[in-house]
Amino acid sequence: MRFGVVVFPGSNCDHDCFYVLDKVLGQDVDYLWHGSTDVSGFDCLVLPGGFSYGDYLRTGAVARFSPVMSAVEKFAAGGGLVIGICNGFQILLEAGLLPGAMMRNTGLKFICRFVDIRVETTSTPWTSGAARGQVLRIPIAHNEGNYQVDAAALEEMKRRGQVVFRYCSPDGGVDGEHNPNGATESIAGICSREGNVLGMMPHPERASEAELGSEDGLVVWRSLLSHCGAAV
Amino acid sequence: MARARVFITLKEGILDPQGKTVLRALKSLGYDEVEDLRVGKYMELELTGDDRGTLESRLGEMSEKLLTNPIIEDYRMEVDV
Repeated sequence: MRFGVVVFPGSNCDHDCFYVLDKVLGQDVDYLWHGSTDVSGFDCLVLPGGFSYGDYLRTGAVARFSPVMSAVEKFAAGGGLVIGICNGFQILLEAGLLPGAMMRNTGLKFICRFVDIRVETTSTPWTSGAARGQVLRIPIAHNEGNYQVDAAALEEMKRRGQVVFRYCSPDGGVDGEHNPNGATESIAGICSREGNVLGMMPHPERASEAELGSEDGLVVWRSLLSHCGAAV
Repeated sequence: MARARVFITLKEGILDPQGKTVLRALKSLGYDEVEDLRVGKYMELELTGDDRGTLESRLGEMSEKLLTNPIIEDYRMEVDV
């Protein structure tokens, strides 16, 4: 599979994503500068974490108007696979490629630690290799991960199986105590109606090697590769 | 040259953790009369043109496209021509 990792000014997880896709998973990867308007030839686009445009105005608010984003929007509209991680998720929300918006964490603190998340659906390219209810240990690192969406849109998302991950306890219980940032219904990751666009706050690229404390992020990457019939 | 001010506030019903923290801080300083507090954003713009209608409609467009996220924020503007 050929991956494109988009680099915005202020992205800082681009190299981690590149490294995991290239060295750990043996896939073809290229960087895509935010000024590029051509995303042809890629099977999947990755919007990495970081602080694009210094998080000025709102997280992702400026990045969504980067030239590359028009191409990403067209790519996604044509069914192309797009994953936004952390700041990448925030950009997808601002771009309207996923429903809802991000607010500051309820504790007003930047949180950087491992969390547990529960796989809510396996009917997406990103979780096809997981078990429903499986608990993944993947780190978060954000100040704005308090996901908000209006009640009607949330009901629609739940009905369509767009809630992909929820923050949970180590044994999979979803409650306020294990919701790190105040996100509505402990939502940690969602997908588009068709499932081809995924946004998640936890960083699977930071949990893709045992040396880093967890390999659970590989569940996301390997699900995707197997969904696409790629050789690993 | 026209001057404009845009006031951005969180929509009603959207939790404002920052506002709650400032509210608690005021109360801890003894300002018990403060019932509620919400933190917003304020922007000052200088614009060319002198047609109020055009300026207001352009500024409304800017507000909805970039300055605010209409999912969580409302805005109000004042234009001096």
